[in-house]
Amino acid sequence: MVSSARAPREEHAAPAALFAGRVYVEGIALWAPRLPGWAAARGILRGEALPCSPPAPRPAPALLAPNERRRATDSVAVAIEVASAACESSGRLPRELPSVFASTFGETAMSDYLCSQLARAPLDTSPTKFHNSVHNAAAGYWAIATGCPEPYTAIAAHRHTFGTGLILASTQALADETAVLYVAYDIETPGPLATMSPSRGMLGAALVLAPGPTPHTRAMLELHVHTVETRATRPREANAAHVAGNAMATCLALFEALADAVPGDALRREVVLTLAPRLALRLEVAAAG
Amino acid sequence: MRPSPLCVTAYTVACAAGTGRAAFTAALRERRSGLRPNDFTTAPLETWIGRIDGLEREEAALPAPLAAWDCRNNRLAWLALHQDRFHERMAAARARYGSHRIAIVVGTSTASIGSTEEAYRRLQPDGEFPPELRRSIIHAPHSLADFLRHALALEGFCVTVATACSSSAKVFADAERLLRQGLADAALVGGADTLCGSVLFGFNSLGLVSPEPCRPFDPARRGLSLGEAAGFALLERQGEGPWLLGCGASSDAHHMSSPHPEGRGARRAIEAALDAAGIGSCDVDYINLHGTASQKNDEVEGRLVAELFPQKAFASSTKGWTGHALGAAGIVEAAVACNAIETGLVPGTLNSSAIDPICGPQVRLENEQRAVGIAASHSFGFGGSNCVLVFGRERPW
Repeated sequence: MVSSARAPREEHAAPAALFAGRVYVEGIALWAPRLPGWAAARGILRGEALPCSPPAPRPAPALLAPNERRRATDSVAVAIEVASAACESSGRLPRELPSVFASTFGETAMSDYLCSQLARAPLDTSPTKFHNSVHNAAAGYWAIATGCPEPYTAIAAHRHTFGTGLILASTQALADETAVLYVAYDIETPGPLATMSPSRGMLGAALVLAPGPTPHTRAMLELHVHTVETRATRPREANAAHVAGNAMATCLALFEALADAVPGDALRREVVLTLAPRLALRLEVAAAG
Repeated sequence: MRPSPLCVTAYTVACAAGTGRAAFTAALRERRSGLRPNDFTTAPLETWIGRIDGLEREEAALPAPLAAWDCRNNRLAWLALHQDRFHERMAAARARYGSHRIAIVVGTSTASIGSTEEAYRRLQPDGEFPPELRRSIIHAPHSLADFLRHALALEGFCVTVATACSSSAKVFADAERLLRQGLADAALVGGADTLCGSVLFGFNSLGLVSPEPCRPFDPARRGLSLGEAAGFALLERQGEGPWLLGCGASSDAHHMSSPHPEGRGARRAIEAALDAAGIGSCDVDYINLHGTASQKNDEVEGRLVAELFPQKAFASSTKGWTGHALGAAGIVEAAVACNAIETGLVPGTLNSSAIDPICGPQVRLENEQRAVGIAASHSFGFGGSNCVLVFGRERPW
């Protein structure tokens, strides 16, 4: 069992860790129009390949039946795409994994529809679009598509969403001694809502996190939560451009570190994510043995 | 690693039936419903709603330092924070543990989308939001939790859980894990959801809204009444109050807006919660049911309770008092369960004149006064997201 010690607080020393723990990455997935899938994204993020051009059309997850695939919102499509790919690369069955779905703004296409429709003709609101407007739509469709009876959660934490979801998925893996699927995504905000909740393009990222090492371990994440005011790690400029403007773009620094961590590489790469204005998650990313 | 029991050292609730625990308890005892004919929507809609008075009045506005978060949902949260000395209890906890050591884990289904709806109704000729609604945080799902972080000057872990109608029940499970892993010493849990066009016309479009006050488990039930509510609880490892013994969560994996016909996910959540609490169904004295008064929910839940719980268990839905407060239903009904443990008041089911024969003898219409050692609360939501909480009078281990 991994320890989760609470270090003593000291005024002048290095910021004390509020929490420390370690999880093992078994599955990795990423999807954006210029980074369509981890196999391609890995090389692009390492600077070994050019970004996908022209940008890939939205993903069509094989898990969904053809009519569902057509009807799925962008967020459901991208979330299910990366969730399936992460499970597949971990060798674990989707139906056995509890999950955490994180999105900064959630179902903005449905919110834009609902708000416009309500302003026009509220009694003609579409029932399907209404039930697709819930923040847990992607998680719900994932559970339906995979027949997964394990619990999921769906969360948001504004600009701290990616790190916050990663903490929830990691603490669940450690506390309940189970592998957990973590999925983070945001889509392009349409309509007037885009002036308040701006997000460009589609971005989905997923990890399968386990509480201990297994033959499927691909990387290790040491997590430290510090009470410090800091900025999130920025990915290399060329990489940042591939997901610029997406509300979930903060996830890219971690995926860049995962792309760099080739097996046998002893270097530990540090990635900082924010959890609140004065609370940061410092990750040390190490390749599997 | 076994879940650790947590003490509910303070809690409060504001709903249409009463704002503050004393008022809500009196309404439960006197069987006064908070439902009224719909006077909320911009277009007429024949239904009854659980509306809280005065939230739209100028006096209800948030104080100047919090003006950026001002909206109906955060006003209701602010109202709830100032009941039952909850704000003082949070300040004391902050002094005891430090502002970084208290996590905020709160649930909401629609956050403050009512403000976004208003902005769309009043779009400027250039397509912009009206100036006073150009505050990005109130148009985001994290509006409520971010507001609470500022209102309570907390600097620890802070997250919004949005799993529709199970949101403010699931927060207990997430908070418990965070405390077990040492990320916080205490957690503010709960949630808030306020009436808005999206849910009223959305549920109407699904044919789930009743034209009369909702009648949970009545064979002649005609759907649900929507309501608004906020409630909060402070969870600590030690203290005085009811204990959270176990949480059980599951997914239906069936349909976005309709429960699994045999209640597969609900059953799994009930069994997981009892298992986590280390008890059997025969130990449960009171069950606050999800009981929305929709045809399907009550049929599935009624049958499941008849099958899983002993005949002596007392089960009821309090939606006839409050309406269905969606993302806030979990915390409202957790409060009813905790209140039953503390006062022995087990509310029956309001507005219903008979119990659907599909139910067992567990589902009751009339209130009772009885000793409650263990109480459970069911929350089942869209997307097949289920959560069951079990509370007890005594610290179990």
